[in-house]
Amino acid sequence: MKVLVCVKQVAVLGDEVEFTDDERDVDPDYLDFALNEWDSYATEEALRLVEAAGSGEVVVVSVGDEDMEDGMRRCLAMGADRGIRVEAEGRLDPIQVARALAEVVQSESPDLVFAGVQSSDSVQAATGNALAGLLDLPSVAVVTKIDLGDGKATVNRELEGGLVDVVEVDTPAVITIQTGINEPRYATLRAIKQAEEKEIDMRQAGDLGEPGSRVRKMFVPPKGEGAEMLDGGAAEVAQRIKEIVQEKTA
Amino acid sequence: MSVLVVAEHLRGQVRPITLELISAAKELGEETAVAVIAKDPAALADQVDVEGVNEIVSVQVEQDEFENDVYRQAVEQLIAARSPDVVLVGFTVNGMGYAPALAARLGIGFASDVFALRREGGGLVAERSFYGSKVNAEVEFPGHERTLLMIRPTSWPPAEGDGAAVEAELEVSVTGSRARHSDFQEIAASGDVDITTADFLLSVGRGVGEKENLEQFEGLADKMGATLSVSRPLVDQGWMPNSRQVGQSGKTVKPKVYLALGISGAVQHLAGMKTSGTIIAVNTDPEAAIFNVAHYGAVADLFEVAEELEKLY
Ligand SMILES: Cc1cc2nc3c(=O)[nH]c(=O)nc-3n(C[C@H](O)[C@H](O)[C@H](O)COP(=O)(O)OP(=O)(O)OC[C@H]3O[C@@H](n4cnc5c(N)ncnc54)[C@H](O)[C@@H]3O)c2cc1C
Repeated sequence: MKVLVCVKQVAVLGDEVEFTDDERDVDPDYLDFALNEWDSYATEEALRLVEAAGSGEVVVVSVGDEDMEDGMRRCLAMGADRGIRVEAEGRLDPIQVARALAEVVQSESPDLVFAGVQSSDSVQAATGNALAGLLDLPSVAVVTKIDLGDGKATVNRELEGGLVDVVEVDTPAVITIQTGINEPRYATLRAIKQAEEKEIDMRQAGDLGEPGSRVRKMFVPPKGEGAEMLDGGAAEVAQRIKEIVQEKTA
Repeated sequence: MSVLVVAEHLRGQVRPITLELISAAKELGEETAVAVIAKDPAALADQVDVEGVNEIVSVQVEQDEFENDVYRQAVEQLIAARSPDVVLVGFTVNGMGYAPALAARLGIGFASDVFALRREGGGLVAERSFYGSKVNAEVEFPGHERTLLMIRPTSWPPAEGDGAAVEAELEVSVTGSRARHSDFQEIAASGDVDITTADFLLSVGRGVGEKENLEQFEGLADKMGATLSVSRPLVDQGWMPNSRQVGQSGKTVKPKVYLALGISGAVQHLAGMKTSGTIIAVNTDPEAAIFNVAHYGAVADLFEVAEELEKLY
């Protein structure tokens, strides 16, 4: 049982923002980085499936520069066996990332490929599905439960409004994992240390082609028109909240 | 620009996103065609015959409900037959199941979670957000003659009015659906309370930090005469039942007052509460996206505000 998990170190914007000179992105000085929340659920799910199978491996894959390896190390500390990083610089769109991932999937021939539903910094919800398209693999997006069978899996696809679509999917397949599917384990300090020793294989990307889109300009969105800020300390804020609630629920 | 809208339907009903896509198409289109992919498309065609639709293309398939292989193949053949400049699909769970795959296979322009679009010169410009909705961006599609856009739900009003669309049919060949629908299950159907009927919701998010802190807010909600609701991470962690979750995959609510404590304002959360009568948001981050939809906001620590509220009630 071999599960390949596509993971990303996402950018988190703090409470201040400046843009790069060409205005096409946020100045990296204003960004922090962390493992994408969805990807920790995907890694956990892969670990559980391999543990249940009794043998196999979990391989984490990232596309990007060396900073990506921090996120990969987190997954290795959770228990993933090894990593593969496809070297790429600059902003890639999800379709280009999928092209880079496709080469890795082809060389690894896993039984399942997982990706997070979306990454929290770009919210495209596209990489995993684009990958399935390029490789012409069966796929299901936004999955909250997986029961593995023989050559197929029964999965819950979570629709809007809390409705679940129970889907039978042929495997190998690409599945995008939704938060809440499991409870991701914490890595112990020892595991974090051991993860330093695990192998991350670096590969050069082939031709990633044209992006599906390109950012022309980034800007801070206009604030909501009627938004009135309540100033003062907590006591004053609470007092105003009480008044507003009284008035508006009357 | 000719636009092809892919209708979305579930259990015999066209979903609201479809009518929103038709409104979005009006920003661009000289010609808008709506494709209805279903076992019995004729039964759904009426629901999309609204003002602004020039043509309804019925595409008959074997499946009653959405299956991603079926949609991907059918839309690929629709594109080949109609050569639209722009294809509009909902940024919905169904859309996420086939639209990126299609765009990647065809190598066409692509962007998702789009909430504004327009023509500029001969080209297309779309807007979407990045970095936790704190930053918006204009995106363009250089080198692409055809573009597929996934549209954020509730960004356009539903199209209405009587339509006079021409009806057409397209025969497609769909081979082997490898991810098959077998059943629907309601997971958030019922719980101890119905948050959709409450006048006043006190809603808490990940800002509450720990499970142990929730009790305090249950108590506060009681005192204030509010019903407690939550954002998704609290349900994911098993702290609260699904029935309390506000948002796209939870409940859509419209109370008189929605008091959000420690909720950042992710798109999927906003989708479930942005039409509330009065929205009050408390967040330590002055750039939190929730302030973009709030009527009143306070940059403050939620625990300090909660403590003061306790004293007042
Ligand atoms: C397909 C799909 C469906 C989804 N459906 C839903 C849904 O139905 N509902 C939903 O909510 N989400 C949904 N999500 C998840 C969504 O994308 C966000 O991850 C989620 O809404 C974030 O919840 P949050 O705002 O509570 O947490 P965070 O984004 O982590 O925000 C926490 C906020 O608390 C603030 N904070 C921290 N400490 C304090 C303090 N002491 N005082 C004041 N403020 C503080 C922080 O500044 C931050 O803004 C969905 C995602 C996907 C992909």
